[in-house]
Amino acid sequence: MAHPKVMNRADLTRRLVAKLKNDEAVVAGIGFSNFDLWGAGNRPQNFYMLGSMGLAYSIALGVALAQPKRTVIALEGDGSLLMQLGALSTVAEQNPPNLKLILWDNGAYQITGGQPASSATTADLVEIARGSGLARSDWAKDESHFEQLVDAALITPGPAFIGVKIDNARPEKQTPRDPVQIRERFMRGIGVRSEPVP
Amino acid sequence: MRDNDIQLVTYVPDTVLTPLFKCLGEDNAVNMMVTTREEEAIGIAAGAWMGGVKSAVLMQTSGFATLPNVLASLTVPFQIPTVLIVSERGTLGEFNLGQSLVCRTMRPLLQSLGIEHHTISRLDEAYFIANQSIRQAIMTQAPTCLILSPLLTGGKAA
Repeated sequence: MAHPKVMNRADLTRRLVAKLKNDEAVVAGIGFSNFDLWGAGNRPQNFYMLGSMGLAYSIALGVALAQPKRTVIALEGDGSLLMQLGALSTVAEQNPPNLKLILWDNGAYQITGGQPASSATTADLVEIARGSGLARSDWAKDESHFEQLVDAALITPGPAFIGVKIDNARPEKQTPRDPVQIRERFMRGIGVRSEPVP
Repeated sequence: MRDNDIQLVTYVPDTVLTPLFKCLGEDNAVNMMVTTREEEAIGIAAGAWMGGVKSAVLMQTSGFATLPNVLASLTVPFQIPTVLIVSERGTLGEFNLGQSLVCRTMRPLLQSLGIEHHTISRLDEAYFIANQSIRQAIMTQAPTCLILSPLLTGGKAA
């Protein structure tokens, strides 16, 4: 693995959200991935998971297949991805043109107290993504490279995987935890629901 | 499933369900997707439903046994009408001890999560039970589970 710069998840989440202009759906994994997404400003097209660790990419794949014209972005942590590596090969096999995967990798299960994950030492998750069939898989070397990779992913059809080495800064905010409200707002945000409720 | 506009079926392979996979695979209205794990199959189905496409998940008993976490943290609390179709192993002459033990956990788990579930054992009841269960799941935004008994499927030969 090259040694990319260690960056800050909240900063990069804000940079990512600032680029979204077409009601892109964003699915964020449990814990700090979705706390920082919430902290970047609430959007009705954001889905915040509460549990089911490791399923951000899978849920996003379902949304992407259901809405092929909408770009769908998934934010996942390294510990979560390690729990469900098969999700990468399923995404590669489906090859959805509109799904983009972002990985926040701090080599630790940060929310549970920072226990080390194998991604800190031996597992290279970008190589694993590439080996799973996601040809466009890259480590972001620094903030501007991250922005370039996101820009390219947003305009290039096909799945992209962007790995980012991040620090252990804690999120500033915490997502509200009403699952029905989160889900209902998301479905309205992506045009599945409309008033009045059927 | 067709009568309820189910367009996406995610599944983990199973010998007993092979005829059903084949039948659904030949239906142009249904997108069949094999996944690496039952949890993943539920995640994709949940995302698809939120995106406006109705879906079902096919698996066998041992696969169901991997699902308590995703059912308790995604499907049930977010009120997502995931349709689970489980080929029942572990009973009526089962030869695999692991299957028979895990089978005994299935209905108590569904019960404790408050998930509506029905066992289909006769072909003449299959349509009614499946159709009404799927309709109810969609209308009440709650998961449902259809258990396909060996009495219906013939089970797996030893």
